[in-house]
Amino acid sequence: MLRIEKRPEPAKSMVYLTPVLALFLTVASSTILFSVLGVSPIEALDNFFVEPVKDAYGVSELLVKATPLILCAIGLSVGFRANVWNIGAEGQLTMGAIFGGGVFIYLYDVDSVFLLPLMIVMGAVGGALWGAIPAFFKTKFNANEILTSLMLVYVALLLLSLLVHGPWRDPDGFNFPESRTFSQSATMPILWEGTRLHFGWILALLAALGAWLMLAKTLVGFQVKVIGAAPLAGSYAGFSQKKIIWFSLLLAGGLAGIAGVSEVSGPIGQILPSISPGYGFTAIIVAFLGRLHPVGIILAGILMALTYLGGETAQINLGLPIAVTGVFQGMVLFFLLACDVLVNYRFRFKSYGKAVS
Amino acid sequence: MKLKNIAGLLGAAVVAGGMLASGAASAQEKIGFVYVGPIGDHGWTYRHDIGRLAVEKAFGDKVKTTYVESVKEGADSERVIRKMAADGHKVIFTTSFGFMNPTVKVAKQFPKSMFEHATGYKRVDNVSTYAARFYEGRYVIGKIAGKMTKTNVIGYVGSFPIPEVVRGINATTLAARSVNPDVQVKVAWVNTWYDPGKEGDAAKALIDQGADIILQHTDSPAPLQVAESRGVWGVGQASDMSKFAAKAQLTAIIDNWDKYYVDRVKAALDGTWKSEDTWGGLDSKMVEIAPYNDAIPADVVALAEEAHKGIIDGSIKPFAGPIKAQDGTVKVKEGEALDDGALLGMDWYVEGVQGKLPKGN
Amino acid sequence: MSGFDWLVPVILTVITAATPLVFAAIGELVTEKSGVLNLGVEGMMLVGAVAAFATATVTGSYILAIFAAAAAGAVLALLFGILTLSLMANQVATGLALTLFGVGLSALAGQDFVGEPVKALAKLNIEGLTDIPVIGPILFGQDPLVYLSFVLVALVSWFLYKTKAGLVLRAVGDSHDAAHSIGYSVIGIRYLAVLFGGAMSGIGGAYLSLAYTPMWAENMTAGRGWIALALIVFATWKPGLVLIGAYMFGGITILQLHAQAAGLAIPSQVLSMLPYLATVIVLVLISKDESRIRKHAPACIGKIFHPAA
Repeated sequence: MLRIEKRPEPAKSMVYLTPVLALFLTVASSTILFSVLGVSPIEALDNFFVEPVKDAYGVSELLVKATPLILCAIGLSVGFRANVWNIGAEGQLTMGAIFGGGVFIYLYDVDSVFLLPLMIVMGAVGGALWGAIPAFFKTKFNANEILTSLMLVYVALLLLSLLVHGPWRDPDGFNFPESRTFSQSATMPILWEGTRLHFGWILALLAALGAWLMLAKTLVGFQVKVIGAAPLAGSYAGFSQKKIIWFSLLLAGGLAGIAGVSEVSGPIGQILPSISPGYGFTAIIVAFLGRLHPVGIILAGILMALTYLGGETAQINLGLPIAVTGVFQGMVLFFLLACDVLVNYRFRFKSYGKAVS
Repeated sequence: MKLKNIAGLLGAAVVAGGMLASGAASAQEKIGFVYVGPIGDHGWTYRHDIGRLAVEKAFGDKVKTTYVESVKEGADSERVIRKMAADGHKVIFTTSFGFMNPTVKVAKQFPKSMFEHATGYKRVDNVSTYAARFYEGRYVIGKIAGKMTKTNVIGYVGSFPIPEVVRGINATTLAARSVNPDVQVKVAWVNTWYDPGKEGDAAKALIDQGADIILQHTDSPAPLQVAESRGVWGVGQASDMSKFAAKAQLTAIIDNWDKYYVDRVKAALDGTWKSEDTWGGLDSKMVEIAPYNDAIPADVVALAEEAHKGIIDGSIKPFAGPIKAQDGTVKVKEGEALDDGALLGMDWYVEGVQGKLPKGN
Repeated sequence: MSGFDWLVPVILTVITAATPLVFAAIGELVTEKSGVLNLGVEGMMLVGAVAAFATATVTGSYILAIFAAAAAGAVLALLFGILTLSLMANQVATGLALTLFGVGLSALAGQDFVGEPVKALAKLNIEGLTDIPVIGPILFGQDPLVYLSFVLVALVSWFLYKTKAGLVLRAVGDSHDAAHSIGYSVIGIRYLAVLFGGAMSGIGGAYLSLAYTPMWAENMTAGRGWIALALIVFATWKPGLVLIGAYMFGGITILQLHAQAAGLAIPSQVLSMLPYLATVIVLVLISKDESRIRKHAPACIGKIFHPAA
């Protein structure tokens, strides 16, 4: 009989082998999927994984798409490690765009090198503020952050809608729901001439580096890990659960806020009624797919972004509806998540009647 | 640095490959469509896709149409539009207002492609804009609604308070009050283009507040279904929705992009394509009125048809004065009419509409 | 009597708005009580909605349609179970992936049904009872799924707190190691709870495509799966409170639409925030008593179980 057995310690080799195995399974099963849909599986996989990054511009777009995912996921991962279930990054991102972008709305005629830094800081403040509300309710009133953070997503989106349909409309824009386009001083510097790759990508990498240092080297990082793994041990050690809740929600909110302001002052260049196609939610997948580790999150963010780009390519070149992208993404994620079992567990054939220990 | 080298190499390979490919496939021109929603929304995007199919039918093997659906307004749209342009699409239709700036930006980088942006106002040499004067159709419907209401309350399910929707509300109200000065129009905004449940709930709330005619500027047939089950009248949106409400649908306002899309693709293939602005209405059949419900009395149908004809021959202008704003001040004087600029940015209600619009700065 | 006439349609509207939430939330509540967090509710509702619509259109049988919806939801839940229970994949990520998968799958399956109507699920009509003013249409004029939703909440409540099986399920959710050491099959019980959750989400979806708005359109749940998930937290994992939460949420949504229709001069976006804000505020008010919540919240939620052999 086949059974699953816990490994004495996580297998290092499997950390790298499981993605390969998942890829193999994806290829095998998508052969079936695409054959059923009447599309050549090789062509389909080529469109999903190779075609989007075949040229330099494609690679730059991949990083543009991954930037907000990584920024949000890095922040979320710290909370998830400490069992703080913030699922409201989408709202925190939106508030970051509102606060950061709002700086430009009111200082649109200011031409200064300090404008963009101020916007980024305000974006972080906006996101952190939106993260602070669940933290306050959780620590003060014991209100579950899953609910409060999620509900605040809808509130933030409606607030954005109110502003863009009302006072923040472009005065020369025929009352259409969009703001002025951002001036040069309010726009993220482009890292790679001719593409949209912007400074936000550097911020994402810095966030990952910072999170790694924080978790590996600092006391607060240690506290996060201990409280997450063994809350009781944490409290015996005198770590404050409340402090960690505040810390993780402010951090996640701040980084999501930076993601939001990076989008409006980067590839979008103005404030629109819809800023994020659900980055805050997708980032939850990215965080876990990256095993809550900063390096893993960068890789997972890029992979996730690739499936979106691939979905677009598959639609253009093969006429596959976007529904197929959803099914395909689901499959890829299932395999990746399922194969993770091999890191901590191993499969053993065991015959009945024989004691193993 | 390393990344750049690899990318550069890859880039070179692609250019080479691309030249081969374009040499082989020049006989067939690619026509691209960028949609904001899923084709399966049965509303806005669904109608644009029917236009795409009309292009396929009209040109057969001469063109190949492609589309990307559910492209969110924001950072994604520029990438999709650019990808299509880089891929050698001859004409690219971008069918949502929020695609305006990305369309113009990409167009400047790809002067050989021709772009068609729906509902916007920015044009360059290779970007045309097009939109439909839905308000003309709504004016015709307003005549019917004004006559058919018994409670003198018309309910209007709105999506977002943007000029396009406000224009429709105002046109309906003006027409309805021209045949029945006691009519009041109540508006419920659902803050979404598409959420069948919520749209239906809004219709129910309006009916409960006395409305016996439900108009809508959201995508799904749900408000109409509610009208059917509550025994009041409704009007279909984007398509003839009589399948969903055989008894209740007075008529429907139909988006018809077929002719425009075929014409523009033809112009592009002929080499006669120019950047222009098209705002088509009832006369160009971009806006159509579905067959009238048999339950509408003949004299009311006559009123509607008179308005229909008058708009086409120009004798009737829906926004001709005198028009009073909600607060009673005169907005358009007798003998004058609002020009297209004023219509484009309309952000005020006419007299007879209840509720308040969010204000600009 | 006639003074309350206006209230009847409002209540009827609230009932339809709340019912899909009740189904999805009560099913997921059982799943969570067993210690499993499945965030794929939205995806399971959508496959339920399309399965119900397709079955009703093709066979004309609404009973079959509801079973098909339950089955479709359960199949997706089974997939989730295999991944998270047998292969011990992360539950949060797998649930979200399930939603992506379900949205896509339902859209793919429903392509041919867009723009096709279906007859609404029939409502009860008992002569002499349904015509009673005010209470008649409310108590005796609903469709079968509305009654089922109430029965379901009562049954789940009874099952969890009055039966041995329910006690075992809660034990599995509160301390899987202890439950395992007494000899219960933690994984087996969790599979059942996950399947039940999927089936109920599927029926919640069926309510959308057969009764609430009898049609199929892509993504027609429009986020209701997420609201259902929030309602379980709101209810602090108590079945009765799920019902109250769903009706409160639906009620405020309807009331804000009424406020708009009545011409209230408050921006619609602000009014639309009300159901979300109210849910947060009420949760804050009722969460003060930490021990009471701890009593009902499953301690092992989201934690992976592996029998230490």
